[in-house]
Amino acid sequence: MPQIAQLAETYSSQIFWLLIFFGFTFFVIGRGMVPKVMATVEARDAQISSDLAAAQAARDEADRQEEAWRLRENANRADAQAVLAKAKADAAAKTEQRLAKAQVKIDARLTEAETRIAASRETAMSEVETVAAEAAQDIVQRLAGVKVAKPAAAKAVKESMVNG
Amino acid sequence: MATEAKVNPMYQFTIEPLAGTNGWEIAGYNIAFTNSALWMLITTVVLTLFVAGGLRRQLVPGRWQMMVETFTGFIDGMLEANVGKAGRAYVPYVFSLFMFILFANLLGLLPLGLVGVHPFTFTSHFTVTGVLAVLSFSIVLIVGFRRHGLHFFSLFVPQGTPIWLIWLIPVIELISFMIRPFSLALRLFVAMMAGHVLLEVLSSFVIDSGNSGLLWGGIVGLPSFLLMIGIGALELLVSGIQAYVFALLTSLYINDAENLH
Repeated sequence: MPQIAQLAETYSSQIFWLLIFFGFTFFVIGRGMVPKVMATVEARDAQISSDLAAAQAARDEADRQEEAWRLRENANRADAQAVLAKAKADAAAKTEQRLAKAQVKIDARLTEAETRIAASRETAMSEVETVAAEAAQDIVQRLAGVKVAKPAAAKAVKESMVNG
Repeated sequence: MATEAKVNPMYQFTIEPLAGTNGWEIAGYNIAFTNSALWMLITTVVLTLFVAGGLRRQLVPGRWQMMVETFTGFIDGMLEANVGKAGRAYVPYVFSLFMFILFANLLGLLPLGLVGVHPFTFTSHFTVTGVLAVLSFSIVLIVGFRRHGLHFFSLFVPQGTPIWLIWLIPVIELISFMIRPFSLALRLFVAMMAGHVLLEVLSSFVIDSGNSGLLWGGIVGLPSFLLMIGIGALELLVSGIQAYVFALLTSLYINDAENLH
């Protein structure tokens, strides 16, 4: 086994050259290059995370804008709806008012016409009675030669009309 | 003659000084530039090229940059999961450790023997894995004592220890703590060595049985070759897993030092 057989003659050279070359590796590569490589990685990670953060912020901003737009839009729509409803209600109220006015007018004319009809019927009725009483007086005079007083005739007519 | 023809599966771990550097010394210690040192150099160069290729710092990464960032992210995630926020500070060390071991393991597996070059897996030497383990262990000790002072010793008395066991638990905890660098070093060294020995033995089966004719080549060589393919794939997996285990255990130990229990 050369590792043991040559130990006495080679250990110093092995240790010496190992320290030289490993020392070079440590100081030049480990101390010199590795931090730069890791700094590059870190810079890249930072870049990526900041880009991601910026994208996230932009997205949030867009969401916020959209939300604001939606709110505004909803408010506008509600306003329009309200205006529309108000106009509808106004129109309905106006129509109702006019309808009521017309109704009142019509009712008035109806009652007036009714009273007129009732009055003319009354007059017609009393005229009929008078005519009937006169006719009865006339008929009695001609048939029986009896002169009947006017009130009596009128009374008889009234009775018969009521009973008749 | 017979002994020379025999394949020695341990020969691949032999360290040889290259190009007359055998005499290099510092304060009496030999520092020959060996084949092991050469593969450390190759590992370092390939690793540097790999990470430098991912250093384009583009916002939208290419494939190469993506690969490198995957590795740093992997280590970062592991430390974050095991140590927490404080784990960030150890990313350079654990990344270096993980990638150095991973590239060493993978480069040592390259089938360069086909073109006459002998790849050398220096992670199959416990002098190497031992140094790495001691490094990790020292970091744990330094961080632990710097952050918690002598309070760091409370690591050896886990919460909820019964009073009547107070003489025993710290001893066990201390032993398990002190054994960490050894287990770290030995695990990697043994795993890498075992895989390479197995591949070497199987390849010697293929060659020897092939040399002794079609019959033995068919009975022994072909199945061995198929097994080698499977084990080669397994070794690639082991390379990654051992590097991962080394880094993971290091981060767990750092967690002990950072957060105690």
